Amino acid sequence: MIKFENVTKNLGGRAVLDDLSFEIEKGEVFVIVGPSGMGKSVTLKHIVRLMAPDSGRIWIGDDEISGLEGSALERARERFGMLFQSGALLGWMPVWENVALPLREKTKMGEDEIADRVQRVLELVGLENDGDKFPSEISGGMQKRAGLARAIVRQPEIVLYDEPTSGLDPMTSRNIDRLIRKLSDQLGVTSVVVSHDLQGSLLIADRIAMLKNGKFIEISPPKQFVASEQPDVRGFLDAQFIPRSGVIGMR
Amino acid sequence: MNVVKREKNFAGKMTLAAHPLKCYNCFFSWIRFSFVDLLGFQMITREAPVLRDASGRTDPLAVPYLVFGGVGRAGVMAVQSLLYAVLLPFRSRQRAEWIKQMYTAGIRSLPLISIVAMFTGMILALQVGLEMRRYNQEVYIGSAVMVTLLREMGPFMTGIVLTACVGSSMAAQIGAMTVNEEIAALEIMSINPIRFLMAPRMGAMVLMTPVLSFYTCVVGVIGGGVVGKTQLNVDWGQYIKLAMDFADLRDLYVGLFKALIFGIIVTAVSCYEGFTTKQGAVGVGKATRHSVITSMLLILIIGYIITRLFY
Ligand SMILES: Nc1ncnc2c1ncn2[C@@H]1O[C@H](COP(=O)(O)OP(=O)(O)OP(=O)(O)O)[C@@H](O)[C@H]1O
Ligand SMILES: [Mg+2]
Repeated sequence: MIKFENVTKNLGGRAVLDDLSFEIEKGEVFVIVGPSGMGKSVTLKHIVRLMAPDSGRIWIGDDEISGLEGSALERARERFGMLFQSGALLGWMPVWENVALPLREKTKMGEDEIADRVQRVLELVGLENDGDKFPSEISGGMQKRAGLARAIVRQPEIVLYDEPTSGLDPMTSRNIDRLIRKLSDQLGVTSVVVSHDLQGSLLIADRIAMLKNGKFIEISPPKQFVASEQPDVRGFLDAQFIPRSGVIGMR
Repeated sequence: MNVVKREKNFAGKMTLAAHPLKCYNCFFSWIRFSFVDLLGFQMITREAPVLRDASGRTDPLAVPYLVFGGVGRAGVMAVQSLLYAVLLPFRSRQRAEWIKQMYTAGIRSLPLISIVAMFTGMILALQVGLEMRRYNQEVYIGSAVMVTLLREMGPFMTGIVLTACVGSSMAAQIGAMTVNEEIAALEIMSINPIRFLMAPRMGAMVLMTPVLSFYTCVVGVIGGGVVGKTQLNVDWGQYIKLAMDFADLRDLYVGLFKALIFGIIVTAVSCYEGFTTKQGAVGVGKATRHSVITSMLLILIIGYIITRLFY
């Protein structure tokens, strides 16, 4: 579904992505972990061509998104939903309007249908009572959940999540994790999740990849990931007190 | 699917010479596709356009940027937003935003514009009148004030005021959105920021600058009359009569045209600065400052060039 072929990207005089190649299957939940500032967000931005690679190709299904322009790119992007690290809601619209925006602008749905859908998605993320507040009037965690609602409201094929659970309380985090898994299981959504929260990632991921110095130093299902002997991976696991045997409920 | 279709058309274009009969077909489809793409996303707002990307695809709309730098890119944005602005009245949701922007640009800047216009007319009348009194010709201040305002000062003052109170806030708002990844979020949702954000602003400014420029002239002439009456003993009726006698329709048209161009310049510069903002809050400040400086300089220079062309 998503395929990177030898992608290299230099930013600030450093190869943030260095000859990176990998593939993500349809319906998979693919989690990217790694130290801060290593290029996880940059990787996501390449998938939707908010950034273009210096060399290499990126495929979304049969479309080479790294080479699309104009109307073709516009169509390719309609397959995506993306949750930004900062939420990225439009400040002058209330939450409800923000979530309705993709439906209003890009579908021919009637107002009733839109209202119905928006309400349902807001319930999914637990914001059903905060629809008429403005983004500046709600907390950071709520903004993030509203961003999540906006990302999934159009039921896209592929959803990219940039740290969906950071800054949320543990209960809400688990709910979001469950939601991500559910979208994948029930609707076949392909999910790419950037996360620092390994506990949660182990519960939802089909595969976990660790990004370091522009490459994935480990890509494996949760069970193998926790048993990895890579020193960097071990360090990351130890820092979150995850033993080689993994955690309860791990996939 | 669609991608393949598009490539076929480009391939078709290349074999033009070999199949003269197919020429027309290919030519028209090529024009159509260029037009569609002119209205599409050419640019990732955060990254400068490149002529040839990693996979060897070319982007003709990168050429203005590569030749003229930021000016070329702002120019492409201006053309795109003008094309979208034409469609504004036919789309109900966009229409609402357009009207809101007209309110912001037109009504909210009225108090400032009124004061500026009033004093511009008063200063003109006073300076010219004092000089002309030496030859006992102060009755003619009406014509002097009228002609100067219509040709030059009306559009110029409107442009400067709109730069200060509309352009700067446009650059700051869009800049903050860029820094906050809101623009990127729009792009992911396949909502073209140029259509969604810039076109309503462009449409509003294109309509409001000529109107405000005309208003500036009217208020300025009144201001001149007041000074004439109180300071120079010029009769009000005579003042207006001479002012109207010397008011040329051509002067009015050129002035309004100038104002229209100034409106396009202010919007294009401000939005371009906003869309290309980098580095957080400092960047937003920088974008605002640049937009004001660039707009003012362009208003002066382009204003001179238009005057030179028409007179
Ligand atoms: N637009 C840009 N221009 C220049 N450098 C950039 C840009 N975006 C990212 N970088 C650089 O790329 C590197 C990776 O950034 P990225 O945002 O992908 O980190 P990350 O892995 O998502 O970190 P975090 O976990 O803190 O979000 C950083 O060193 C950053 O300085
Ligand atoms: Mg990040």
